[in-house]
Amino acid sequence: MYAPFELDIPNDLAGALAALANGDGEAVLPLAGGTNLIVDIRAGRERPDRMVGLDGVDELKGMEFGPERIAIGGRTTVSDLLRSPEIAREAPSLVEAARLFGGLMVRNTGTVAGNIASGSPAADLVPPLLTLDAELTLQSAASTRTLALDDYYLGYKQDARRPDELITRISWPRLPRDSVNTFYKLARRKGDAITVTGVAVTLAAAGGTCTTARIALASVAPVVRRVKEAEALLEGRALTPALIDEAAEAAAEACTPIDDIRASADYRRHTVRALTRRLVAGAWDRLA
Amino acid sequence: MSETRNITLRINGRGEEGRFPAHRTLLEALRQLGHMEVKCGCEKGDCGACAVLLDGMAVDSCLTLAWMAAGKEVTTVSGLGDLDAPHPLQEAFADSGAAQCGYCIPGIIIAAQAIIAENPEPSEDDIRLGLSGNLCRCTGYTKIFEAIADAAREMRAEGGEQ
Repeated sequence: MYAPFELDIPNDLAGALAALANGDGEAVLPLAGGTNLIVDIRAGRERPDRMVGLDGVDELKGMEFGPERIAIGGRTTVSDLLRSPEIAREAPSLVEAARLFGGLMVRNTGTVAGNIASGSPAADLVPPLLTLDAELTLQSAASTRTLALDDYYLGYKQDARRPDELITRISWPRLPRDSVNTFYKLARRKGDAITVTGVAVTLAAAGGTCTTARIALASVAPVVRRVKEAEALLEGRALTPALIDEAAEAAAEACTPIDDIRASADYRRHTVRALTRRLVAGAWDRLA
Repeated sequence: MSETRNITLRINGRGEEGRFPAHRTLLEALRQLGHMEVKCGCEKGDCGACAVLLDGMAVDSCLTLAWMAAGKEVTTVSGLGDLDAPHPLQEAFADSGAAQCGYCIPGIIIAAQAIIAENPEPSEDDIRLGLSGNLCRCTGYTKIFEAIADAAREMRAEGGEQ
């Protein structure tokens, strides 16, 4: 590695938060799986003076399945998600994103909090978590606060986390009984590929009406985002092909993709329209 | 600056001491200690050439800091077996001709061991998904998939003691 840094390896959460708080003007970064951060340091995009390794912080591991909410620790790895039958039942979109996430070694070490905090517009776990109405717990030595994931991103690679805070917990309400929660990753290949267009959808229905609609998009805007314009068209209505087309069009209009090495902006917009239509129509069919 | 420390790494069942700065990766440390069987490829977590088992879990050693591996069991491809007592995966790769230039194979065998340890009877789809973090640029994946399926069968027949 080219850029030297100091490394603290605390063995509990209090130690980790204290290490993050003791900056003394240094640039201090928390280190979880390192699957983004070590690469960024090697490329000179991040230049920390000190890192706080979180491997020994057991408080950041574990999952809770309460009667109303599911909660997972920030250091839950992508592979941990895949090994949990409860997560498979309770968050199918998250499992689909986890299945196609990076390669085996990256899934084994990359964490949920790290994927969120990386701020990448292509972060695959974020669209599913947005459609699950996830909430983050941000903890520092001085304070603990909760924040909706929907309010976390402020702009391209800008987030609401203060440098002395950790994302300690991610939680979301259990899905309603009649609901479908799904994710589609469009990429050049299935394994270890950066997402060209990612679409996650949650639909819930009661009495022939769509009661909840959540649609979130990756890789087609500076941040992973919900398209509330499209959601609002669906909620409270009985869905028809025409209405689903309208929502797909609204999603395509709301996104702001760019041309890059993986795809053109036009292609991304086209695939947002097609995938939104396909996922919403498929979910509605399953609910009928 | 970066503090330097003496740490003990447990590699293939033996303790080995080295003096490393905080920013030294496990890949760099292993090669510095002479474990040239661990290969350096992309250093970005894309190619898997540097994969080792850390307490039985496959990781990219290029993304792991050496200090963080202290106290854990590191297994390289040489720790699985050698010419005198090859691991069923090593035998199957040789029998199938699954290696061309061979550079990716140490990492692929480590990933394969992790795949089989978690699922003794992997489907071809399980093998493909499990190898999604390993690149072979000689393009020879078919024989690699066959070798892993053969080794899994062999290991099941042996009673799964590996």
